[in-house]
Amino acid sequence: MNKILAKKKLSENVFMMQIESPLIASERLPGQFIILSLSDDYAERIPLTIADADPVKGSITIIFQAVGKTTKNLAKLDAGDKIANLVGPLGSPTHIEKFGTVVCIGGGIGVAPMHPIAQGMKKAGNKVVIIIGARSKDLVIMEDEMRKIADELIICTDDGSYGRKTLVTEPLKELCERSPKPDLAVAIGPPIMMKFCAAATKPYNVPTVVSLNTIMVDGTGMCGGCRVTVGKETKFVCVDGPEFDGHLVDFDNMMKRLNSYKKQEKLHDEKDCHLNQQIETARKN
Amino acid sequence: MTTETAHTHHTAEELADLAKKQLAGILSRTEPLKPKDRLAIPAQEMPAQDPNARRKNMSEVASGYTADQARLEAMRCLQCKNAPCMAGCPVRIDIPGFVDAIAKNDFQKAIDIIKRNSLLPAVCGRVCPQETQCQEPCTIGKSLKDVEKSVSIGRLERFAADWERENVKMKAPEVKPATGKKVAVIGSGPASLVVAADVRREGHAVTIFEAFHKPGGVMIYGIPEFRLPKKIVQMEIDTLTAMGVEIKTNFVIGRTRKLKDLMDKDGYSAVFVGTGAGLPKFMNIEGENLVGVFSANEYLTRSNLMKAYDKEKAHTPIYSSRKVAVLGGGNVAMDAARTAVRLGAEEVHLIYRRTEKEMPARIEEVGHAKEEGVIFHTLENAKRLIGNEFGCVTHMECLRYELGEPDSSGRRKPVEIKGSEFIAEFDTVIVAIGNDSNPLIKQTTNGLNTTKWGNIIVDENQKTSIDRVFAGGDIVLGAATVILAMGEGRRAAKSINELLAK
Repeated sequence: MNKILAKKKLSENVFMMQIESPLIASERLPGQFIILSLSDDYAERIPLTIADADPVKGSITIIFQAVGKTTKNLAKLDAGDKIANLVGPLGSPTHIEKFGTVVCIGGGIGVAPMHPIAQGMKKAGNKVVIIIGARSKDLVIMEDEMRKIADELIICTDDGSYGRKTLVTEPLKELCERSPKPDLAVAIGPPIMMKFCAAATKPYNVPTVVSLNTIMVDGTGMCGGCRVTVGKETKFVCVDGPEFDGHLVDFDNMMKRLNSYKKQEKLHDEKDCHLNQQIETARKN
Repeated sequence: MTTETAHTHHTAEELADLAKKQLAGILSRTEPLKPKDRLAIPAQEMPAQDPNARRKNMSEVASGYTADQARLEAMRCLQCKNAPCMAGCPVRIDIPGFVDAIAKNDFQKAIDIIKRNSLLPAVCGRVCPQETQCQEPCTIGKSLKDVEKSVSIGRLERFAADWERENVKMKAPEVKPATGKKVAVIGSGPASLVVAADVRREGHAVTIFEAFHKPGGVMIYGIPEFRLPKKIVQMEIDTLTAMGVEIKTNFVIGRTRKLKDLMDKDGYSAVFVGTGAGLPKFMNIEGENLVGVFSANEYLTRSNLMKAYDKEKAHTPIYSSRKVAVLGGGNVAMDAARTAVRLGAEEVHLIYRRTEKEMPARIEEVGHAKEEGVIFHTLENAKRLIGNEFGCVTHMECLRYELGEPDSSGRRKPVEIKGSEFIAEFDTVIVAIGNDSNPLIKQTTNGLNTTKWGNIIVDENQKTSIDRVFAGGDIVLGAATVILAMGEGRRAAKSINELLAK
């Protein structure tokens, strides 16, 4: 169980892993996620979205950016290694039906969880327009996979190294101005991107779904660490979400909550850096 | 309102020496003890770590009676014919029987008697609310007009269980020949463990499905090490494994597999749902989602299950706090407050809207919390949380209360005093006002009837509205106790065994 079948580096710090997990592969639906940890004691549990699944092979695909303690350790594993704990699929699946035209906006590694959703939307008979946003050309992932699904594909980079030099909100606004306007927008990416996507579609009354990735411990509703303010209500991302009406999510509160442990994590990192330096120095000597 | 800390601390050695002398005195007597003599035996104090030392460690606070202490405490029992204590016990342990065995130095007999009715004596002896159950109607307590002076049945139960663990090579209970039938148990808390053991004993194959990466439920993620050492829970789980119970961790029924698929596709003949009350309640007040505001579940899970208290080794962070407010008056509130103390908070305040008399926490936990420096504020409650520009909680607006008429729970209802608002500084707020039932199974299982609060409705045999599906513990009762969950598990197991015998 949980054996890594394949690993691929997609860009600097971004990795794709195919993991053996027959039950999750057959049960998962677009929009759902998993939680993993790398050992029984002391390891951290982190939520990651499912980018793809192959029920025949019994595998799921995750795509992650090595930024935190656990994702960095995860990136050190290779094909053949096992992931100690993997649980899922968690969260409520995406509501998929024939809406008409659906714009799917994926920012950074948000393209990964967008992939099964775009697939599902296409299969349900929607016209699917996909916008991929990244800082630069190297960071654009899953372009080929998305091109297969998309009726129209727009790529934007911050530095203009690929596609249009603009933020994803620009083409999104243009699409909203078209007639007929899109029937639904789905945005997944950094919180700030989702915030501005929701702000962009609001004046056009285009319903906008966002998928939130918050701090979580259990992923089954028990801890409440993932709570967000939606409208005036408190919602749990793990059981009520992860998808919510982007026009109602309090993104500012969510972003602040995501930073709850920044101070401690920084200390941890610094300690690690320090250790690494010592090891480096020792090796040199 | 602030209350002072409790009595002076006696070391374990002092208590052991004293008990040794007292016991020798009694044993040297020639005539048997009369009720008057029994009443005169001093109630044995539970040896505990020094409050100042334990503020800085996670080790168990109460170290347990010595054999001498246990025998003295047991000799206080009057062996009442009508045994009022038994009526107070949810699983009706033969209390006079096991207490008498301890008094007579036959500890094996004592634990054998307990085990006829309880599967988790080492756990229940530690966490049961004895003062509202078996010890409440105790004749000794009534005679001395103080429930805290009742025979310490819980401590004696713990003593017998610990004695067995330390002195007898445990063997797994016998299992009848395989019946070829399979039973699924969802969750691995106290109710589920009892079902697994009782059903497995009849020769049925049992699989426990646990959402977390470790089994034990609330006994692992909720109750801290300093109150219930995890090795004790692990031993109970090891016993189940030795009996041949299969445990699948990282498995969320409702997500990884639907409940009905267990029966329709995976060949299970019956299912027990023991998923607990895992959905923390919040107060619905302004500022509740600020950074630094946690459910007690989250705070305790980080510390207990993820071991975040071990800041060197653990990868899971836990909030660094200076001034902590814990809202609530139950055992979970005490656990959260005492954990915050151990994690190095400068000040920990416990805020409860009724008075100490109404607190649902065990008396011992309240006492321990005070000894450890937790500052109690009763008849107060949070009205609003205030944050800074980073979205972190910095202050709490509180309101004072007074007690009014008794409410449906029989406790006097706290009534807010208009205009009594005041503001206090806090960088951490832990909400410990209870749990609602976890919605996952209900949401993903058609035809499972629940109350409006989401508790699964069962009949007197723990049977749900779905054929062959049973439920028990907090998912039925709402947040309750280990012993009540165990009692429900017993009943459910009996029903399942009867069903499968047909």
